[in-house]
Amino acid sequence: MERHIKMYTENLDFFYGNSQALHDISIDFDENRVTALIGPSGCGKSTYLRCLNRMNDLIPNIKVKGRAMLDKKDIYDPSLDVVTLRRRVGMVFQKPNPFPKSIFENIAYGLKVNGVKDKAEITRIVEKSLKQAAIWDEVKDRLNESALGLSGGQQQRLCIARALAVAPEVLLMDEPASALDPIATQKIEELIAELSSRLTIIIVTHNMQQAARVSDRTAFFYLGKLIELNDTDTLFTKPELKQTEDYITGRFG
Amino acid sequence: MKRQHIDKGVHSGFFLIALFSITALFLIMVFLFIESIPVFDHITIKEFIFGKYWYPTDDPADFGILALITGSVCVTLLSGMIAIPLGIMTAVYLAEIAPPKVAQIVKPVVELMASMPSVVIGFFAIVVVAPFIQKVFNIPVGLNMFNASLMLAFMAIPTICSISEDAVFCVPSALKEASFALGATHFETIIKVIIPAALSGICTAVILGLSRAIGETMVVLMAAGGAAMIPGSIFDPVRPLPATIAAEMAEAAFGSEHYHALFAIGLVLFGFTFIFNLVADYISYKFRQTGEASL
Repeated sequence: MERHIKMYTENLDFFYGNSQALHDISIDFDENRVTALIGPSGCGKSTYLRCLNRMNDLIPNIKVKGRAMLDKKDIYDPSLDVVTLRRRVGMVFQKPNPFPKSIFENIAYGLKVNGVKDKAEITRIVEKSLKQAAIWDEVKDRLNESALGLSGGQQQRLCIARALAVAPEVLLMDEPASALDPIATQKIEELIAELSSRLTIIIVTHNMQQAARVSDRTAFFYLGKLIELNDTDTLFTKPELKQTEDYITGRFG
Repeated sequence: MKRQHIDKGVHSGFFLIALFSITALFLIMVFLFIESIPVFDHITIKEFIFGKYWYPTDDPADFGILALITGSVCVTLLSGMIAIPLGIMTAVYLAEIAPPKVAQIVKPVVELMASMPSVVIGFFAIVVVAPFIQKVFNIPVGLNMFNASLMLAFMAIPTICSISEDAVFCVPSALKEASFALGATHFETIIKVIIPAALSGICTAVILGLSRAIGETMVVLMAAGGAAMIPGSIFDPVRPLPATIAAEMAEAAFGSEHYHALFAIGLVLFGFTFIFNLVADYISYKFRQTGEASL
């Protein structure tokens, strides 16, 4: 099958002030596939993820070198509109972070800031997004209640629905299940499998079983460097490098 | 054993000191009530509050404080209209937009402005602002409601700005990031996410700032013009409640009807500030967020 690359980085370096957090990272991400980024805490995988929608721009004194491309356009090109980029490359965070607004407003927010004014259209997309995130049945009777009244797992699926509402092409997920119990985690993983048929998903995870279950390809990070990138099956069964094997078998990390 | 005795002694010491300060404040309140009640032998509460004429030294005297209440309310509202937008926008600028170095310098400066003695502000109002207003708006007198409101606004801004800044600064960055990640601009994020999330703190800030404005005496005494009449325009002179007490207390004969009426004005003023503080408490309680996105 011919591969279609949605997004890639080439020799990406990243600096917080003078300390270099990422060294020469080159990864390509296939369209409508799930790529997992694994590695011990502090290895730079979240920093890398946040380079892909320029979320790191919010931090002062950062510097990015190398290239990060979305559909063959450089996302760090000064002429690129970062607001449009972030609409196309959505993000789900580690801790559920719903707005302190109603469930409906949480989803409608992204549509409103992206210029959707038609109320019927907003209502339609809110319902569609909640259904896609497999939370519609749980919240359909309480759309006007505060999102903060939901459980952690429900909040996280709400956040996924919120990200889906603006129809992103790529979805970045930063340890989306790390704050959730096993049942909620399973629901999120099923959701990822379901979404991957029409979305490019890049997921950071601490949990190697999770990476093995949900992803097509896996990248192993260590100390800000990309150690190994391979098909998930290969990486977990026949890793090329000793370092990768040590990590996935739990000998360090 | 000995350590426990010391501990007990410390506890009792703090208890006594706390008891003393609270009792003193409570007794002042009781005194205010006792001294104001006799005026209602001569006049009903309704006549007192809704009476339009304040001629305390006439014979027979008129003790209607509607004009004074209106003066206080108008001055406070007008100063609020100036101070609330300026204070909140400054707070948002400092917390969200200003480079950290600028904010580090400007915020303490704004807070220091709160320590400006009110008599200095009153003096400034008479010497600088009054002639300026007279010239710009082509009116005969510069000491009026507008001048006083302007000065009160500048006294309320440091309070409003400083407390709002804390509230805006404390909005979890997770909420900001969520908004940015959906393709919202910084401005949309400020208006639709950050300010609503900080609303409880901002409301508290506004009410504390305005309760400072309504209780402020020296500035309104010096700058408001002092006419006990219901204002028809913002350039009319007014005589707010605290200014009335400060101006007349020295001349009112001890125990006279006028003397008790001034205490009753104090009671009304106390009522206003008390309600302000209750509302502030209620709002900060009501808008308090719980859960992951709590403030």
